[in-house]
Amino acid sequence: MTIDILLFLILALVSVSAALGMLLSRNAVYSALFLVLNFATVAVFYILLGAPFIAMAQITVYAGAIMVLFLFVIMLLGADSLAPGKVLPWQKPLAAVLAFVLVVEAAYLLAFRGAPTGAVIRPEASVNSVESLREMGMVLFNQYLLPFEVTSILLLVAMVGAIVLTKQEKGGQK
Amino acid sequence: MVPVNYYIILSAILFTIGALGVLVRRNPLIIFMSIELMLNAANLAIVAFSSVIKSYSGQIFAFFVIAVAAAEVAVGLALIVQIFKSRHSINVDEMNNLKG
Repeated sequence: MTIDILLFLILALVSVSAALGMLLSRNAVYSALFLVLNFATVAVFYILLGAPFIAMAQITVYAGAIMVLFLFVIMLLGADSLAPGKVLPWQKPLAAVLAFVLVVEAAYLLAFRGAPTGAVIRPEASVNSVESLREMGMVLFNQYLLPFEVTSILLLVAMVGAIVLTKQEKGGQK
Repeated sequence: MVPVNYYIILSAILFTIGALGVLVRRNPLIIFMSIELMLNAANLAIVAFSSVIKSYSGQIFAFFVIAVAAAEVAVGLALIVQIFKSRHSINVDEMNNLKG
């Protein structure tokens, strides 16, 4: 067992535990903080995979912006404003069975049918350099220029939509 | 050297936990977080494959997925705030009519 696999397994354990903590904790604030931990471990996976730019984008956009927005809304609505209403008794066992089926199916497909081959080589030091980022920028702004511009329109539409949705109506303002 | 299968199986496990969260939880904020977890799991698989074939395209695709997730969260949270203002409850079981 090489050091790479050991590192991977420890990080995977932390990542899956954080995801389960997000799923199981009763308090929404704890869920959000567990999800931040999960995003941080996934960012470390990106660095191990030789994608430093995506790792930094993950930290700034996901763990930074999106989770701050989540925490803000949780605080705004009250952390535990959800009264335990009537629940369907068969829902949780059914969901557990369906999730088990999903993971078994995915594992079967990946292990026996069309299994991906190859190994992730430890990236050389040159990956974490300005040169690598420059190459990625060249690909982004030449080959993928149109999707990049469409993304900017998407972000503008989302911004306008969020403002319109939360705007006070004229009648209710007074 | 880590086989790429390990990354894909980890991605499948994270995706399943996210799907379970959508199915089980009643709080729409937790459901949104579970959706983020699923998007993240898909991103991990994409970047792992792009690392194996040594191409930047996968990383750029993951970057676009992150941008789309940010837009989705902004609009979704605005909707949740608006629903809470009009109904004073965010339980997904009680959202059963389109009329505000």
